[in-house]
Amino acid sequence: MPAADTLKRTPLHERHRAAGARLVPFAGWEMPVQYQGIGPEHIAVRRGVGVFDVSHMGQIETRGPQAARLLQRLLSNDVRRIPEGGAQYGLLCREDGGILDDVFTYRLAEEHFLVVTNASNHEKDRAWFERHAGDFDADVIDGVDAWAMLAVQGPRARELVGGLADGRLPSRMHVCQRDVAGLPLLVAGTGYTGEDGVELLMAPDRALAVWDALVQAGATPAGLGARDTLRLEVCFHLYGNDMDEERNPIEAGLGWACKEETGFVGAEAVRAARAEGAAERLVPFALTGGGIARQGNPVAGGGVVTSGTMSPCLGVGIGMAYLPAERARPGEAFEIDVRGRARSAEVREKPLYRKDDE
Amino acid sequence: MADESYPDDLLYHPEHDWARIEGDVATFGITWYAQDQLGEVVFCEPPEVGRAVAKDEPYTEVESVKAVSDVIAPLSGEIVEVNAALTDRPEAVNADPYGDGWLVKVRLTDPGERDGLLDAEGYRASLG
Repeated sequence: MPAADTLKRTPLHERHRAAGARLVPFAGWEMPVQYQGIGPEHIAVRRGVGVFDVSHMGQIETRGPQAARLLQRLLSNDVRRIPEGGAQYGLLCREDGGILDDVFTYRLAEEHFLVVTNASNHEKDRAWFERHAGDFDADVIDGVDAWAMLAVQGPRARELVGGLADGRLPSRMHVCQRDVAGLPLLVAGTGYTGEDGVELLMAPDRALAVWDALVQAGATPAGLGARDTLRLEVCFHLYGNDMDEERNPIEAGLGWACKEETGFVGAEAVRAARAEGAAERLVPFALTGGGIARQGNPVAGGGVVTSGTMSPCLGVGIGMAYLPAERARPGEAFEIDVRGRARSAEVREKPLYRKDDE
Repeated sequence: MADESYPDDLLYHPEHDWARIEGDVATFGITWYAQDQLGEVVFCEPPEVGRAVAKDEPYTEVESVKAVSDVIAPLSGEIVEVNAALTDRPEAVNADPYGDGWLVKVRLTDPGERDGLLDAEGYRASLG
C-alpha cells in the first residue's frame, strides 16, 4: 500500500475532510469510505438522493475514423449498437477469456468514445488500449487527469440535478452535454446503486462548484462504503472481488455482455466457455441463520464467497459466491465457513434487493 | 452515536477494550475509540457462557458493515454472562459502549492481571 503522501487526491479532498469523512487508501487514491456512516448514507440513496465522489475512476478517450473498430476489437459487447449519445456496459478480456476489467463506454460522437475504467485497473487498461491501437486509425487519450466524476443517485436524483441543469437530462443509458450549476459537463444516465440517477463527468477544476451546488440542493454525501453495499444489494459485480483475470465472463454471469460474433479479443475463449458451460458460477446469496459472510470465506463442498456484507435494507448478511454449477440455482441451500463457523446460506435470484420489497 | 468518553471507573487494555471490575467478576466491552474506528456495528453474536477467556487473546467478534474485528480480553477468566440483547440490537455498542453495549461478564481467574491495564488517563494518552 503506498504511503499516504503518495496517494492521489480528488479535487474534493478538502470538502471530504471538512465533512468529517473517513479517508482510506483505495486503488492508489485517498477516498472517503464514509461521512456520517454507511447505513444512513445507504438509506439516503435508496430513499432520497446521495452524491458520490468517484473521481478515482479512470477514463480513456478514443477518437478517430476507426475508434469504433478499435473498441469493437477490445470490448466484449457490440460497440456498433451504441448510438451517438448512448452508453453500454462491456468487458475487456484476455485472449484466454480472463476478465481484465469491466467498463462503461459512452459514445460522445460518431468517432469519439469515452471508456470509464476501474481505478485499480486503469493503468493496465490504458496499456492494453495502446498495445492494440497501432492496428487502427484512432487516437487513444488517457483521460484520468482530465476528468472528475460525481455520481448522483437515488429516487430524487434526477429532480435535484434537473433543477440545476439548463435542459433535459439524458434518459437511462444515454449521455449528453449540459450546464449544471452553470458549468458545462457530461451528464450520463448511469450508476452503480440500482437507483435512478446520473453520473456527471467534468473538468477537475469545476468539480468543487458542482459538488457544492449538489450538496446545497440537498444531496447527501455518500462514501465508497455505501457504494459497495448499494451495488451488492442489486448484484452489480465489483472487479477484483466478483471477477478477475482468472474468471471468464460465462462463469461470472456476464455472458449477456459478450457478443462473440464481433471478434473481440477473447471471443473464441468465451464462445468455447459458453458452449461447454462453466464449472462454477457466480450467484447471489443470503444467509438464512444469521451472520455475515466475507470475501474469501470458503463454501462447504467447493466454491468461495467473493463479496459479502450486511444488507442495510434487508437486515441480513448477503453476498455473491462462486458455486459448483450444478448447485448454482436459486433456492439451493449451502454452508459457508465463516472463520471456522458454518453459516447457512441460500442461493437467491438477482437482484437481492428490489424497491417493492420494503 | 455517543460522544467520545473514557470513564474513570474503568480499566483499559491497549487493544481498545475496557473492564469494570466488581469483586471477582468483571464486565468487558470495547471503548468509544474502538467502536468509532469500526463504524456502525451490525452483527454481534455472543460467545458461549462457560468459555474460558485469556488476557490479550480474542474472545469474540464484532462486525460493522465493512469489516469484522476480533475483541481482545483485557483479563483472564470464565464467561458467566453474555449480553444477548446485542443479537437484536448490535448498534448499542455504538450508542452506549460502556452501558448497554457491554459484551460479557467474566469470573476472573487471576485478579493480579489488572495491574497490567491502563487507567482512563493512560489509555487516553495511548490514543495520542
